[in-house]
Amino acid sequence: MSQVIGGIFTSHVPGIGAAIAKGLQQEPYWKPFFDGFGPVHEFLEREKPDVAVVFYNDHGLNFFLDKMPTFAIGAAPEYRHEDEGWGISGFKPFAGHPALSWHIIEQVVKDEFDPVTCQAMKVDHGVAVPFELCWPDTDAWPVKLVPICINTVQHPLPSPKRCYALGRSVGRALESWQSDEKIVVLGTGGMSHQLDGQRAGYINPEYDRFCLESIVSDPEAMTRHSTLDIVELAGSQGVEIINWIAARGALRGTVRELAHNYHVPISNTAAATVLVENREPVAA
Amino acid sequence: MLAVTEASPEGRREIPGTPVFDGEAAQRGLALNAMCYSFNSAENRAAFTADEEAYMAKFGLSQEQREAVRQRDVLGMIAAGGNVYYLAKLGGILGLNVQDLGALQTGMPLEDFKAALLAHGTTERSVAA
Repeated sequence: MSQVIGGIFTSHVPGIGAAIAKGLQQEPYWKPFFDGFGPVHEFLEREKPDVAVVFYNDHGLNFFLDKMPTFAIGAAPEYRHEDEGWGISGFKPFAGHPALSWHIIEQVVKDEFDPVTCQAMKVDHGVAVPFELCWPDTDAWPVKLVPICINTVQHPLPSPKRCYALGRSVGRALESWQSDEKIVVLGTGGMSHQLDGQRAGYINPEYDRFCLESIVSDPEAMTRHSTLDIVELAGSQGVEIINWIAARGALRGTVRELAHNYHVPISNTAAATVLVENREPVAA
Repeated sequence: MLAVTEASPEGRREIPGTPVFDGEAAQRGLALNAMCYSFNSAENRAAFTADEEAYMAKFGLSQEQREAVRQRDVLGMIAAGGNVYYLAKLGGILGLNVQDLGALQTGMPLEDFKAALLAHGTTERSVAA
């Protein structure tokens, strides 16, 4: 049986990708953020997962408003990052895992979700930046990718409760995957930030700290807010935290925090990284 | 703060200073956003730079959208249905990153906008034993 080893939750600010490309990780502005990845690198080196299931949002690389899925699941043999229009490009291609993708699709549809399924799909910085943060300086990514894209662009967005339920369904699929593969789950985006409107630059450390605690020990507390509540609390792009909520849903065992790092600001964003392990519950 | 505003009796939720890109905005902004989405291609970025008016005409932007683009009026673009994820691609052509866009929208000088973010400055870290 496969093993869901844990979860990594991290911001995916494009500027992080640009900083990596320029080698700025040790510069005073960036170091407090990048240093948060030490425990993540140790964890990944120790556990050596085979697959990453990534909950993220597209920012206008693969999906446009002509066809905007609420939930989309990649089922491609390979995914590529391409030019997003303003600079970063050239991330390594990502090997897919179509068999696991279809296994997940079967489970979530059985659980009455209605995802768009994608046998061709470009992935943007919402996947590429976290991969570069988790596995720096590699010639090829050491994991296969299953990308699960959540609409955070065009309202109405799926509710936090629905995202959590989707994650639970994906978690059931991972637990029944007949393989000895180790799986790590990623949730990307956030934390509080707002790029648009007169409130641009909005940061809410109090809400972020609520999320940092809840994502580990009480994720359902985060689902008591509506998406518009989260827009108000976290900013109009801080609503990307629904990707974290979905990812947390996929961790159905005993979850323990191994590390977290919260750093403000990176660009316009309150940035954070949370690492948790997921173990099968031990019967008392 | 974890308190939130209430919806109006009509069910409309207004969050101060915060555009909610909903179906109404998505319909109104389609041409502008489609133009910005096209900027994923370097060739299209060059075509826009070479002749902005012709490029806007090709995508059928409304007069309001064209005027906002001409004036580099970010709030105007959003009022005309622009979504910031797509507008960021136009921003890239104009040499404006998201901090420049933030300064333009808040009316703050860029240095003040950056300073306001830095005023939140904190690093909080925990590693389990």
